[in-house]
Amino acid sequence: MTRDYSALVKDDRVHTALYTDPAIFEDEIDRIVNTTWVWVAHDSELPNKNDWITTHVGRQPVIVNRDKAGTVRVMLNRCRHRGATICEAKKGNAPGFVCPYHAWTYGTDGTLKGLPLPKGYKDFDKGDYTLVNLRAESYRGLIFATFNQDAPPLEEFLGRARPWIDLFLKQGGGYPVKVLGEHKFTFPGNWKIQLENTTDAYHFPIVHKSFLSSLDGDTGELFSFMDAGGYVEDLGNGHSVMVMIPELVDLEENLDEPIPERFAELADELRAEHSEDEVRRIVRAVTGSGFNVNLFPNLACSMAFFRVLRPLSVEETEVRHIAIGMDGGPAAANRARLRLHEHFQGPMGFGTPDDAEAWERVQRGSQAGEDSVWIMLNRGEDKTESNAGDVTAETGMRAAYQMWKRMMTA
Amino acid sequence: MSTLVATRDLALAAEFIALEADLLDTRDYAAWLALWVPEGKYVVPVNPDETNFEDTLNYAYDDAAMRSMRVRRLTSGESMSAAHAARTLRSVSRFRLLGHTEQGELQVRSAQQLIEYKFDRHRTYVANVEWVLRREGESFRIVRKVVRLLNGGDALAGITFLP
Ligand code: FES
Ligand SMILES: [Fe+2]
Repeated sequence: MTRDYSALVKDDRVHTALYTDPAIFEDEIDRIVNTTWVWVAHDSELPNKNDWITTHVGRQPVIVNRDKAGTVRVMLNRCRHRGATICEAKKGNAPGFVCPYHAWTYGTDGTLKGLPLPKGYKDFDKGDYTLVNLRAESYRGLIFATFNQDAPPLEEFLGRARPWIDLFLKQGGGYPVKVLGEHKFTFPGNWKIQLENTTDAYHFPIVHKSFLSSLDGDTGELFSFMDAGGYVEDLGNGHSVMVMIPELVDLEENLDEPIPERFAELADELRAEHSEDEVRRIVRAVTGSGFNVNLFPNLACSMAFFRVLRPLSVEETEVRHIAIGMDGGPAAANRARLRLHEHFQGPMGFGTPDDAEAWERVQRGSQAGEDSVWIMLNRGEDKTESNAGDVTAETGMRAAYQMWKRMMTA
Repeated sequence: MSTLVATRDLALAAEFIALEADLLDTRDYAAWLALWVPEGKYVVPVNPDETNFEDTLNYAYDDAAMRSMRVRRLTSGESMSAAHAARTLRSVSRFRLLGHTEQGELQVRSAQQLIEYKFDRHRTYVANVEWVLRREGESFRIVRKVVRLLNGGDALAGITFLP
């Protein structure tokens, strides 16, 4: 029985079944994950020709690589002979792919180049056995893929989120942004619980009290953003931005302000090799941007890192917190970024375990009152049009669920 | 160094490592903090084979200040996950004396099998643990503890204890 999805998503609330019904989850895989643009990698993970990494689009294992011509490709990680995965390592560099089972050999573009004992086949056309290529497009180093040949161009899909991505990337501090490492964890809950969370400022002072207590005065000040002029904006196509720290929206502005005391040591270290202008630019970029851009369905450019979602089942989700830094930038600045990431993010961070606990509690709660208790998204409903200064408005969640409804009923 | 001395060193180190494990399982964090030298480093790297912790991402890369903040977080009541912290039980074994530092500190590697229990489920965390231990009377203080989780490079879950 297919449910009436438009009845499960209202303007201000969604039905509990969205967290619990395995049939809905299967439809989400078909109609969302396998239909729209899904973020798969960042350019810096494939710096050279023939570089490859393994990852997933939803539940399907894929290889993301830069082929020998330099084109970024996303291909199913599945041999066309009897279907073994071709790569199991996380990354590598190779002029081609050899399946370990019977040694079918593929070029970096996925074409079948050779196989042992070819005479054993009659009428065999290698052209019929190219690795399945997904559509792959990039925006400013962010690589997305889709199974859907009819999906709009990536840039059109990103739409009004693009200028926010541009702003986010300024945290390279004058250098390209580079992936420095990642924390990965799962939580026993539906993926949309985490999707909501990246645009939920309301929880921050509650759930992250122990993090806030661990900060020095100035940093603590920065993170007490409930009344600091922040706001949430619906960017279309399910995307949204939540601005928490307005003065850190454009990291190339206010470069002549004094360097905060807590970065004095870092600034001194940088001065040995950098001009005063560069030092200011790097220091201002070191803590990341003052906003989260939530891109439907699986990526957030979240202050100083990429948050990547992967739905595993209706009640199991994988989350990656990818640390980013300055490609070719000073080691001291990248170290500072790594330490900041470790402080909040990841399974042992001062923030993430509390988030994960809250999300699990939402999933556990979803066993109660399936029809009588809805998931409320009505904070700041009156502010949706104007975005008038409420960082805790649930505008971003409403945007995501309206996109969900559009795709699920299409 | 004679075999006899090495055997005694290793036995003492094993006893000390068991004590550390017991303090963490019983959540006696104040006593645990006192086991460290001030410049000690507590490291849980992401990549189990990592050697350059400073320039790579770790789960924890703690100096004394971070260790005490971490303990404060686990005990303050401000953290919802720590307020319902997992119970843990760890077995430590397979102690091997790898050598000595230039300062004469012991370098030891041990195995750690840790089981956590929370929300009706057990989870397992298995790790090689590397120690640098400084002699202090008949006991030791920790100069370095590196917990190399076997599955460090893959997905973990929220950790509300100290591995
Ligand atoms: S399954 Fe790949 S060569 Fe047979
Ligand atoms: Fe959070």
